Amino acid sequence: MKALLVCDYREGKLLDTTYELIAFADKLGVAKAAVLVGSEAAVPQFDGTVYLAEASALGEYNPAAHKAAILAAAEKEQPDYIVFCHSSYGWDMAPRVAAGLKAGQVTEVTALVDGGFEVGCCNAKMRRSIKPATAKTVLTIQAGAFTAVQPAGSATVVKLDIPADSKGVSFSGYEPAEAKGVDLTKAEVIVSAGRGVGKKDNIPLIAELAKALGGELGASRPVVDSGWVEHSHQVGTTGQTVSPKLYVACGISGAIQHLAGMKKSDFVVAINKDKDAPIGEVADVLVVADVLQFVPALTAQLQK
Amino acid sequence: MKILVCIKQVPDMESRFKPSGDGLWFDETDLAWRMNEYDEYAVEQAVQLKEQLGNEPELTVLSIGPDRVVEAVKKALAMGADKAVHVQDPAAHQKDSWQIASIIAGYAKDKGFDLIFTGMQSQDRGSAQVGVLVAELLDIACATTLVGFSYSDGVVNVKRELEGGLKGLVTLQLPALVTCQLGLNVPRYPTLPNIMKAKKKEIEAIPVANLLSEQAVAPTAGFYPPARKGGGVVLEGDVADLAQKLVGILREKTTVVR
Repeated sequence: MKALLVCDYREGKLLDTTYELIAFADKLGVAKAAVLVGSEAAVPQFDGTVYLAEASALGEYNPAAHKAAILAAAEKEQPDYIVFCHSSYGWDMAPRVAAGLKAGQVTEVTALVDGGFEVGCCNAKMRRSIKPATAKTVLTIQAGAFTAVQPAGSATVVKLDIPADSKGVSFSGYEPAEAKGVDLTKAEVIVSAGRGVGKKDNIPLIAELAKALGGELGASRPVVDSGWVEHSHQVGTTGQTVSPKLYVACGISGAIQHLAGMKKSDFVVAINKDKDAPIGEVADVLVVADVLQFVPALTAQLQK
Repeated sequence: MKILVCIKQVPDMESRFKPSGDGLWFDETDLAWRMNEYDEYAVEQAVQLKEQLGNEPELTVLSIGPDRVVEAVKKALAMGADKAVHVQDPAAHQKDSWQIASIIAGYAKDKGFDLIFTGMQSQDRGSAQVGVLVAELLDIACATTLVGFSYSDGVVNVKRELEGGLKGLVTLQLPALVTCQLGLNVPRYPTLPNIMKAKKKEIEAIPVANLLSEQAVAPTAGFYPPARKGGGVVLEGDVADLAQKLVGILREKTTVVR
């Protein structure tokens, strides 16, 4: 069995998540080759073949040409699995490659289970196992679910010559993230507000708890999108990835994108009305209570 | 211009889920249903585009499923869609993304849609495949996870959400399909007059057998709750007692509370 690993590359660099793909292939126990639409300087370190198409010629986002490159590598390697990170790149590209190969796709694999792959569903409250019915399978793997290997080895580079046809899609560049007002990555304590806080007027309650614990205010994505808290406080895949000594999640259900940004915290307290909320999975303590009642009580207790 | 919006009806995510009898999906008993959140952004963006173009575009909304999905369809009509297609399929939940995409593409292939909007994924299944697969099957331009959308003179400019707050700027030539992400817009609440008006709008019913020709390629083998992380403590009861208990635990287990 063999896996073709599709590297993540952006702004001229290989992304470290590529090494999670190698870890996943090792866990599957299959041979591996990789394909990179990038540059020679960004070829990942491992012992195997890397098919390289030049991003300078094709563009960093050019789905039709990237698909052609990945299919060309798949044609040469005849892999059983074509594996992407479940990143903005894999999200976009995997179904295109699956369609090209008429292959089944399993999205955001979190674990291997008896003859199949496990994924989250129902907002991460439940799990589903999937057994693909096609000879080739396209997979995307959840960020952080398979711990990256240390880069080691030297790859044999095989260059691919892919026409730069873009089929009506043209990429014009990146818009940078808003300047970070708060560096949450250095905070020892983070107290984050989620949708369960209810409205913007209730944010000060959460900020007071953060202050009482000597920490910073964090927030989940819906809270930031609603304009209750500014973006620099956002924790999760599209915000900051944090690992404080104490993380307190207030009214946060625990979408996978949020969990990926905070699950390496040393100690996690979740306050949620819903006992089944997925945040409970990563919580050391789950307090089943109304955030608006419990948080002021906790702040008062700490100030005693 | 002709616009298609594809929507799915999903359970409220606050629900408690339990496996159905066959162990392959959830039991529908006692679930409340609503339009998939990401599809609401898709409907809203399509309606905004229709308004921008002086109401000229014809906006069709499509949903696949049993009769209950008509409720979600009616909401989209009340938000501003002109007409609807209900692909009748009591067993839609057993179909994989490939089959669902094939059904949509089968409907759309000869209709000449200039723009197709979908959510970036469903909240219940979360496969994030259907939109892209429809674009592949129709061989049209596609971009995913939109947090920005603008249209002028036959060209669509979008912002794709990438990691860490970065956004990718992409231009699409029509025809095109886009998948919509949280943050793209704020979906409107249908007004009462619009809800009344929606009742008169056409909902075409098409049996799924007329459109389905594909087998599943990634069938579900099991559906079950996640294994709980060992050692997690669950505290329930009186709020003041809970606060005291929690402070005790934090003093013992962490170095940040003294």
